[in-house]
Amino acid sequence: MQIYLPIADLPVDIFLVLGMGLAVGFISGMFGIGGGFLMTPLLIFIGISPAVAVASVASHIAASSCSGVISYWRRRTVDLALGLMLLAGGILGTAVGVWLFTLLRSLGQLDLTIGVSYVLLLSAVGGLMVNESVRAILRQQQGKPATPRRGGAHTWLHGLPLKMRFKRSKIYVSAIPVWMIGFIIGFVGAIMGIGGGFLLVPMLIYFLRVPTATVIGTSMVLTLVTMASATVMHAATNHLVDAVLALILMVGGVIGAQFGARAGQNMRGERLRLLLGLLVLAVGLRFAFQLVVQPDDLYSIRMLGAE
Amino acid sequence: MTRYLTIAAVVLLAILLVAIKPAAAERLVTSISRHQVLVNSNFTGTSIVLFGTVEPDTPTARRRATGYDLVVTVTGPKQTIVERRKERMLGIWTNIGERTFLNVPSYLAVLSNQPVEQITNADTVRQLQLGLVDKMLPQQLGSDVGDVARDEPFRANFIRLKTQHQLYVQKTNGVTLLTPTVFRAEISLPAEAPIGNYDVDVKVFADGALLTRTSSAFEIIKVGFEQFVATAAQEYGLLYGLTTAMMAIMTGWFAAVVFRRD
Repeated sequence: MQIYLPIADLPVDIFLVLGMGLAVGFISGMFGIGGGFLMTPLLIFIGISPAVAVASVASHIAASSCSGVISYWRRRTVDLALGLMLLAGGILGTAVGVWLFTLLRSLGQLDLTIGVSYVLLLSAVGGLMVNESVRAILRQQQGKPATPRRGGAHTWLHGLPLKMRFKRSKIYVSAIPVWMIGFIIGFVGAIMGIGGGFLLVPMLIYFLRVPTATVIGTSMVLTLVTMASATVMHAATNHLVDAVLALILMVGGVIGAQFGARAGQNMRGERLRLLLGLLVLAVGLRFAFQLVVQPDDLYSIRMLGAE
Repeated sequence: MTRYLTIAAVVLLAILLVAIKPAAAERLVTSISRHQVLVNSNFTGTSIVLFGTVEPDTPTARRRATGYDLVVTVTGPKQTIVERRKERMLGIWTNIGERTFLNVPSYLAVLSNQPVEQITNADTVRQLQLGLVDKMLPQQLGSDVGDVARDEPFRANFIRLKTQHQLYVQKTNGVTLLTPTVFRAEISLPAEAPIGNYDVDVKVFADGALLTRTSSAFEIIKVGFEQFVATAAQEYGLLYGLTTAMMAIMTGWFAAVVFRRD
């Protein structure tokens, strides 16, 4: 069934978009990521202009992560204090990211920068996650105990001042690395137009040793706030948020996220990390492929202001 | 479609009865099936039918050796479009060249009853910008604005890409002569055809010379919910954004309540 989108100015198949929302929502609920790095390319692929896609996806991610936050909240696996501290760094990072974005655009090298940073970031993060989780799974199969969460093991991060206790995550760390991680996520998100959940989850696990149980719910709090404000900012400045498209994506997304969250809860941590790692790696390789292989059409046209 | 044919037949009959007065050698009368295309939520493109008649008013005109030739040009609202070209740099395909097309038609259709090159000579084709490739496409060239040679890659690929999206159309059998003086043309508008005013220009040729021309217009407008959303997004951006964000949060909350199992 075709439906005409009032802002994107083209008709789309409502069931196709709903299905995309469901699929990405499932992944987003399962791994606690926004799924923007999957949804935006999908929308562009079906013919929606990149600017409308990025702007509308923000509200879809907000809806998915809101539904996710509520279900994780009920399971008491959201560390609100940690989420708010990350957010503080995130806002500053977004501001710096937007500034650099504008600078790169004026230099005319934005496309290349985005393409290369997608490849590097996704392949590196995906590769590291796959490597780590495969080791963990192998260790388990050999009957050795799973990676011990060394309560007293300290890295240099723990030597920093401004220590805070995050009760729900059962960690006691300095606020500085928390802010730094928030800053990096905000920065990368603004430059690459993604929520950054897939980066945040591994960073929280590896650097701050946040337990897998609370990491997803907490990451979703950050995603919810940044994406809801991104929706408002996109709508107020570029007028490119398609509410009809957003609503179809949201309905699919929230339903998918519910099932995804349940599937995630029933899965072992290292399996979950392996799956997410493979997914991130696959998307990274897809972008690499796009950069290296000669495109079918060397030329492209775009209405001025629509990117 | 039969309804349009009936309406058109009635219009034609009225024209033939009323409008036979001596004036120029030929009189051209046209009528389009709709002056407004309404875009609502199930809009997937449409087509508009143009009917017309050429009336030879003088004995000389009636003795014309060959029949009449018609060229119908439909021009949509103007847009500024950036075209980019990818090139390989350090093993990576990236956008290297770009060209800005200033205020070019977003939609352009050239419909004729036979190839324009056969209707008249090459000079006239170029002068009147008859064919799709002959249309003026102003581009930003350094600090100047101008058009380039027809086979210049950026220009040629621009037309090719527009044609792929069915936004630029050239049909050499787009005009059907129902009788030697009565013709019909179908203007197909894809769903991507932008909102705005469209000009329809009809030219009549005989023996390679332009006899007369006439123009009319139609518009594509959004109605109902589509118009409401588009206006809200444009005029009240902040409120629209807040509403969308609230909608997202409500949808998420609603799903969490509905799917609650514990």
